[in-house]
Amino acid sequence: MIVRILGEGQFDIDDAATSELNRLDTELEAAVNRNDEAAFTAALQGLLDQVRALGSQLPVDTLEESDLILPPQDASMDEVRRMLTDEGLIPG
Amino acid sequence: MKGTAARMGVMKRVQLVFKAKANKALDKMEDPRETLDYSYQRQLELLTKVRRGVADVATSRKRVELQMNQLQQQANKLEDQARKALGMGREDLARAALERKASAQAQLNDLQVQYAQLQAEEEKLTVASQRLQAKVDAFRTRKETIKATYTAAEAQTRINEAFTGISEEMGDVGMAIQRAEDKTAQMQARAGAIDELMASGALDDAVGGQRDDIQSELDMMSASSDVERELSRLKGEITAGAPKQLEGGANGNSQAAPPTSQSQGQGQGQGVQYAPPPPEQGQGAQPTQQAQPVPASDLPAEPQDREGS
Repeated sequence: MIVRILGEGQFDIDDAATSELNRLDTELEAAVNRNDEAAFTAALQGLLDQVRALGSQLPVDTLEESDLILPPQDASMDEVRRMLTDEGLIPG
Repeated sequence: MKGTAARMGVMKRVQLVFKAKANKALDKMEDPRETLDYSYQRQLELLTKVRRGVADVATSRKRVELQMNQLQQQANKLEDQARKALGMGREDLARAALERKASAQAQLNDLQVQYAQLQAEEEKLTVASQRLQAKVDAFRTRKETIKATYTAAEAQTRINEAFTGISEEMGDVGMAIQRAEDKTAQMQARAGAIDELMASGALDDAVGGQRDDIQSELDMMSASSDVERELSRLKGEITAGAPKQLEGGANGNSQAAPPTSQSQGQGQGQGVQYAPPPPEQGQGAQPTQQAQPVPASDLPAEPQDREGS
């Protein structure tokens, strides 16, 4: 499974890690829905750490599509909310 | 609807947004091979854009750096003035200078944070540009292979793969540029405000008059504890330095010292022809000085000069 961290690159992760990632992802989404910035920051950090720890970074010249995409390290909750609806956040 | 979204999670939803963007672009293409060339063109444009982004952020960073230097100089100058004012027994003036120094220092602290942020953005964009360059190179190779090897029908899948893969990277880099541009714009607005503040004279020499606007009142209130602390520190310095000055004044040392440093400064900066007459010519020059009208301020200095030499 390929996971991209925006601004950082792509990681190859064993499918066995999926359930742990999903658990953290659920926390992240709940935090966004609750508008809980502190929980959001913690969940995002946890997810990014997991991906970096469990995944191996893909070579920079690969052209593979990712299965999952994570917001950048310094993303605010508001930015992520806009990312989910694509309100002009991805240019072009 | 909401339930589906919740089960899908943030990571998948973001991925789908990126994919939808790529598919939309792909759907517009009629000839698959044209897609490759068109996409490659877009990639080169984006590379140019991200490099320009790096340069823009660097420009902003340098501007902030320049302002930090200016503010630091101003803060140093104001502290100097405060010291002098206290030496002259003008605590009110010293206070005014320290208030302005506190204001300059607050701006400086703020700029230090901005500076670090710009540096981080610059670094991120530089890395993004390197990553994109590698992917664009890979795409070019893939493009040539697809064109040479596959029939139009076979090529379609390969083209779609390559296109989707690079599109994701382009979306990522595009977002990084957007974020950097937003930060730079904020920074420039602040830099402009600080330029205006400096131009307004709010941080200027304390000797040059009074400020009475509300902001300065607020600044003063928030800065007053700093000012008190600095005042007592400077007072401490003055008290500690006072006996030495009296000693020096008694045998003329303190008056002899400043002219020496002044003539050195001028000699270095402007060359020999502009240097003041050296001490040994002083005696010969005296008749000339007497022939010219002597400024009143020079009169008390004469006896002291003789004492010194």
